[in-house]
Amino acid sequence: MADPPPAAGASSPTLLTVEHLTMRFGGLVAIDDVSFEARNQHITAIIGPNGAGKTTVFNCLTGFYKPTVGRLTLRPPAGGEFLLEQMEGFRIGQHARVARTFQNIRLFPKMSVLENLVVAQHNKLMRASGFTVTGLVGARGYRDAERRAVELARYWLDRIGLTDRADDNAGNLPYGAQRRLEIIRAMCTEPRLLCLDEPAAGLNPRESAELNELLLFIRDEQKIGVLLIEHDMSVVMKISDHVVVLDYGRKISDGTPAEVRNDPAVIRAYLGEAETDELPPEVAADLAEEGRI
Amino acid sequence: MVAAVEGARKATRTVPAMAKDAVIFAAVSLALAIPLVGFYITDQGSTNTLHTRFGPMFYGVGVLFLGKLALSFAESSEAIARRIALIGSALAVLWFVIAVTGVVQDDNQVLGWFTWIVVVAVAVRGWVESRRSGAAARAIATAEGTSLGAAVARLGRFLGPLFIGIALVAPFYAAAIDDKRLVDLGVLIFTYIMLGWGLNVVVGLAGLLDLGYVAFYAVGAYTYAVFSVKLGLNFWETLPVAGALAASFGILLGFPVLRLRGDYLAIVTLGFGEIIRIILLNWAELAGGAQGIGGIERPSFFGMPFTASPPEGTTSFNEFFNIEFSPMHRQIYLYYIILLLALLTNWFTLRIRKLPIGRAWEALREDEIACRALGINPTNTKLTAFAIGAMFGGFAGSFFATRQGFISPESFNFLESAIILAIVVLGGMGSQIGVVIATIVLIGGPEWFRDLAAYRMLAFGGLMVLIMIWRPEGLLAHREPTIRMHSQKRSA
Repeated sequence: MADPPPAAGASSPTLLTVEHLTMRFGGLVAIDDVSFEARNQHITAIIGPNGAGKTTVFNCLTGFYKPTVGRLTLRPPAGGEFLLEQMEGFRIGQHARVARTFQNIRLFPKMSVLENLVVAQHNKLMRASGFTVTGLVGARGYRDAERRAVELARYWLDRIGLTDRADDNAGNLPYGAQRRLEIIRAMCTEPRLLCLDEPAAGLNPRESAELNELLLFIRDEQKIGVLLIEHDMSVVMKISDHVVVLDYGRKISDGTPAEVRNDPAVIRAYLGEAETDELPPEVAADLAEEGRI
Repeated sequence: MVAAVEGARKATRTVPAMAKDAVIFAAVSLALAIPLVGFYITDQGSTNTLHTRFGPMFYGVGVLFLGKLALSFAESSEAIARRIALIGSALAVLWFVIAVTGVVQDDNQVLGWFTWIVVVAVAVRGWVESRRSGAAARAIATAEGTSLGAAVARLGRFLGPLFIGIALVAPFYAAAIDDKRLVDLGVLIFTYIMLGWGLNVVVGLAGLLDLGYVAFYAVGAYTYAVFSVKLGLNFWETLPVAGALAASFGILLGFPVLRLRGDYLAIVTLGFGEIIRIILLNWAELAGGAQGIGGIERPSFFGMPFTASPPEGTTSFNEFFNIEFSPMHRQIYLYYIILLLALLTNWFTLRIRKLPIGRAWEALREDEIACRALGINPTNTKLTAFAIGAMFGGFAGSFFATRQGFISPESFNFLESAIILAIVVLGGMGSQIGVVIATIVLIGGPEWFRDLAAYRMLAFGGLMVLIMIWRPEGLLAHREPTIRMHSQKRSA
């Protein structure tokens, strides 16, 4: 894959501001005073060794955890402001429109691919069905809304090449397709911020490249912000505009991929003194090239 | 029981482990059986005497032990183990037959209890199994279930109208051969079909295991009874009130159990069912306590009662149509009422499945966390499932009250909930036609074979066990998507 075109530039507005985020579970401090920003139309990657607190950040952002301390502000480009830490879980998806995927895929396996995508448009369709009342008597407004929902689903299915399997059960898809389906299901909620938890996990190189393409498409064409947790450095380094590095719940580095790659603190975190085997091969290769090892 | 079922889930491979499983299973059954079966009290005048019947109890536990052992072997991938399972089941059945015929003579009640323990265990187990994904051995069974289910689903277009057609003309056939029992059976079957369809919303679609569904049935029945006896309202006037009241009880139950899932939810709903029954049992002023409520108004046809001698100023049904009085008329009328109510339930469920709320129920069943991430309000979604399921239970309850003319808390015990749940689980959760078939088998079967006396419960329990072994996901576990992008060209 050729080098991706750069993002809309540093001029794009800040979408998400995380300030002093701290999450404690009893005596365990999972995240310790982390602050960072994510811009609209940027892919912001959160990386770090296992147990660094990356998924915990996501769980705070999407309302699965209530942060112990901290402020999470989402400022849509169109104006307005959502304080995510004060919102109930499902309302973050409904009103702030922060969508997410999960490390272990969470589709609705016994429902069809298309149904998965239509369920994602639940709130819109609930309104169109007059909260079930007018939908029950078969009002025209609902049928139109449902047709538009299917159109949106088809748009995304065409994009990932799964249109042919729209009526199959989601659980019967191959692993890579399930990953992509989960991403477009999140896109069907028409989010402002898309949070992806290790989307490249378990993908082969070809699928990984397709994923990169999809994420760049989402950034450039849908003009939304993407937040990405990833271990696969080929994904992180190629497509991120901005990288935040966590280690033991603290932020240790923050900058462009090139800056982060050369940050001694990051190298120490990944290399450690006795944790050499934790170094991702790509980073190792990069470091070897630069004569650091 | 649930704990035993949970233990049994860890399908083990080695023989000692299977034996251990069976021992645990038998021990739990024994613990339950000692108070339920081992002791009983006879009331002789003013003194109560405590008796024991440990013999039958041990026979029952023995049967459960062998049956459980056979079940573990049957799940094994090795042919020899399955052969042992066959022998084991044969032994269990043999033992049961000995227990029925020889050693235990007049203890049908004991057998009934054991059958019910098996029925409930199997129903809960089936539910747990069907929630479990993976397991290669199951995949085969599922694939088979799917192909049968798919075939029935394809036939559904013809089967549905055919069933309805048969149901519509059946009373005329019964009237022609003057078989009142047949109409009664039809009414009973459709009552349970309606209850099954109502519970299907909660268990099949929303995936919330409800063991206390009979509570809503009771609320509906008592609503009509009280309104009829105290306020003199008729059936059709009370029906919406009964539905609404049952729905509010559904929400009332829904609130405390929002965070519960699976077995825990099952236990709380079971408790709720019992609470309602015990309240009715103790509320003498309104609900008549243990005596229940009698003299409930029977249904009338546009104000025309079905009686041989109508009260002053009214015309009875037979006088109006100028036909000879027959008690069959009322039975047939009741039959059409319940047929109408059941079809209404079916229509509503099929319809709502294709609406956002119905899809959200199914999504919630599949993955609640994913639902929350997509901005679906899990609280509202669950509560509407409870409310709508309960509403249909309430309708059916009102019908039950007007059909019986007399109700008491005894009619609303846990076994009713267990039967309804068994209908839903055995039919294949979420399958409407599965509920119909399961009801005919479960309700029609025992009624039909009433002549077999004690053996009918044996046959019934055995049948359920067999269904759960061969079709762990229910008879018809096929699910049609609620919306399609492509026409069904490829499935042809």
